[in-house]
Amino acid sequence: MAEILIKNGFVIDPSRKINGDVMDIAIKDDKIVDKVGSGAKVIDAKGKVVMAGAVDVHAHVAGPKVNAGRLMRPEDKLFKSPDAQEHYRMEMGFSIPSTFKTGYDYARMGYAFVMEAAMPPLHSPHVHEEIHDTPIIDEAALPVFANNWFVMEYLKNNEIENAAAYVAWIINATKGYGIKLVNPGGTAAWAWGLNCLGINDPVPYYDITPAEIITGLIKTNEYLGLPHSVHIHQNSLGDPGNYTVTLDSLKLAEGVKAKNKFGRDTVMHSTHIQFHSYGGDSWANFESKAKEVMDYVNSQKNITVDLGCVTLDETTTMTADGPFEHHLNNLNHLKWANVDVELETAAGVVPYVYDKNIKVCGIQWAIGLELGLYAKDPMRTFITTDHPNAGPFIRYPRIIKWLMSQKAREATLASFKYTDKVIDATNIHGIDRELTLYEVAQMTRNGPAKSLGLSHMYGGLGAGLDANVGVFNLDPKNMPSDPEMIEKALLRAAWFIKSGQIVVKDGEITNHGNKRTVWVNAKVKENPQVMRDINEKFLKNYTVAIGNYPVWDSLAPNPLVIDIDVEA
Amino acid sequence: MATITLKPFKTPELIIECNNITPDAFAGKTPAEIAELEIFEGKVREKLGDFFSVTGSSGNTAAETDILIDGDCSRVKYLGSKMTVGTITVNGNADMYVGGWMKGGKIHVKGNVDSFCGIAMEGGEIEVDGNAGNYVGCAYRGDWRGMRGGTIHIHGSAGNDIGTFMLGGTIIIDKNAFIHVSTHAEGGTVVIKGDVEGRVGGQMVKGDIYVFGNVQYMLPGFKEIDRVQKEIAGESATFRHYIGDLGERHPKSKGKEIYANLYVKASA
Ligand SMILES: [Zn+2]
Ligand SMILES: [Zn+2]
Repeated sequence: MAEILIKNGFVIDPSRKINGDVMDIAIKDDKIVDKVGSGAKVIDAKGKVVMAGAVDVHAHVAGPKVNAGRLMRPEDKLFKSPDAQEHYRMEMGFSIPSTFKTGYDYARMGYAFVMEAAMPPLHSPHVHEEIHDTPIIDEAALPVFANNWFVMEYLKNNEIENAAAYVAWIINATKGYGIKLVNPGGTAAWAWGLNCLGINDPVPYYDITPAEIITGLIKTNEYLGLPHSVHIHQNSLGDPGNYTVTLDSLKLAEGVKAKNKFGRDTVMHSTHIQFHSYGGDSWANFESKAKEVMDYVNSQKNITVDLGCVTLDETTTMTADGPFEHHLNNLNHLKWANVDVELETAAGVVPYVYDKNIKVCGIQWAIGLELGLYAKDPMRTFITTDHPNAGPFIRYPRIIKWLMSQKAREATLASFKYTDKVIDATNIHGIDRELTLYEVAQMTRNGPAKSLGLSHMYGGLGAGLDANVGVFNLDPKNMPSDPEMIEKALLRAAWFIKSGQIVVKDGEITNHGNKRTVWVNAKVKENPQVMRDINEKFLKNYTVAIGNYPVWDSLAPNPLVIDIDVEA
Repeated sequence: MATITLKPFKTPELIIECNNITPDAFAGKTPAEIAELEIFEGKVREKLGDFFSVTGSSGNTAAETDILIDGDCSRVKYLGSKMTVGTITVNGNADMYVGGWMKGGKIHVKGNVDSFCGIAMEGGEIEVDGNAGNYVGCAYRGDWRGMRGGTIHIHGSAGNDIGTFMLGGTIIIDKNAFIHVSTHAEGGTVVIKGDVEGRVGGQMVKGDIYVFGNVQYMLPGFKEIDRVQKEIAGESATFRHYIGDLGERHPKSKGKEIYANLYVKASA
């Protein structure tokens, strides 16, 4: 590698409070540096905006349920796959793109890091095989814990130390990154065809409640001092009136302090909050409660959220929330895949069409954007689509367009069949806030990096950080009057440099980059009781032997390991 | 009207994919420009002129453009794909996907067609003088949106999986069909003038099927309710009227469930 100088761009870097100043960014090998020699390759960024590589806090991009979606939806590739291209791999699919298309499209939008949001521990080798197959972008994966037999047994007796030893063992065995909760207790209940819709509904057969699982895992997370907070998909996703469940769950973080050495000061990340901000008690009187939810999020400094915006596309839903996918299939009668993952979790997959001529879809669209517009702290509110659940990740630039332009929002709203009904059930029509590029950089770069405990590497352009730099055809001092130009510019970077290599030029891939798998190596005190429990359950309940369970090192051949040591 | 004539002069080593043989792609182009249009042989990009001589003239618009393929297209796929208007006539056989995703216009194949003829068709007309393979007027693999409109008329016989996930339009088979007719359909009409072996209307939600010959094996999900006199595809007859598939979900209209109808001609 070598030296690169990105000259005269409008630099937006919230990590150093730089807002559009004309500056140069210097790169030596894979790091940003203060200056480079006269032999550096010069990239002219005059008139263009320069931002750090973006960080996606939550997407489903690798693993068995993503692949189940690909297998059951050949039609997702039809007429949506570009022809073969010289030097690069075939790209296929729209809502569930092939691994190559995933890497290429994220890179074209200037993304450096993506978090796979739900790794079933038993199937972690498959998750890592796909991560390894996805070029350019760095990725990590969050193992799911909130319906796991061990976790429920330890937490029901409030054995945080044992839960922590078990979580550390799984994170190490699966090369995972942190603690994901999906429908706490509800997915375990699904094994009996049941669900937990409120946080105080007892989990059938386990003698614990979702609230106890959430509280226990927050404690476990801070006991371990993991880089990221717990990352939760709450109970009662997608149900009219669920915002009260959402507020009840968020309140469980009140008063809890973050304990870690990664600069993270939050203790709960609540994901795809759009799906959890619903009022009414049926689809007939369904309405937005974005304001109620966001008012609470604004008031609590120790929680972060991501939006999960509905993009009005035909897409594929997939989640470890097994009962929800069954519910969805009963609504739309399309295809349904369902799986139980032994002692750990479950999952389902159903295609879904967010039709702008359906009132409920229009309201969902509005709720996602309202949440972004009501956010007072863009450092704690991140832009996502819960890819591919509310829409594919290639729509991030479109969401940014809507958030930055009232004109764009109104044009979309006016194109609905039931515009007036959507206006009645939401607040979107009255909101005149337009986010700035600085706020967008906080929501897509600096903010998510901090929440993930990765701000020492990603999300900023200060010296010493990883050399991930995007240059876009936008002039922040003279933003285009046509909002479409915002989407166009952010969809295809003029330049993207990933780990010091030019991987995109004029919106096209130029290099397969230096993809890394990021995982946490958690060291805890030896815990003979937990090891005995693990060995016993592998003998008694698992279909695989303990020796076959951990992810081989060869599946993450270019690792970036973050060490934590609880005793140190 | 203006006619462009394509004459195949070389048998491709692999089967060629010619999505560009449509009045929409040809309109306003000279024969030389048409010969430059891209086609695929496997993953290799080739030109139409590598396999066909191009003569005649095209119209200014697709509506004014007729395409005559004077020869065999047994190794040519995707003829008339997505076409919206104008005509294509083939003096011979054609391979898979004739008139796939077609929105309008007319295709006439004077020989046989292979499978997926009229797949996911939205409008227009396909006429085949010979036989058709499998999947006439079906949905694309995995898709739940099959044929929506237009007419497919096969003068010979057809294979299996006719009208899968059909939502609208009409398919007429003058002779026999094998198995799986209107599977998962939620609309449309399939007429089979000859015999069908079985699996007629499996998981069918809505729509109509007429069989003038025998259904050798009836599905258990269909129940005979009455006898009706009907005129369809130019013929009038008395039919045994079945409703089904009783094992499938059905929409309600004014409180009553709507079923799919299967009419089998009553023997004298
Ligand atoms: Zn989720
Ligand atoms: Zn998710």
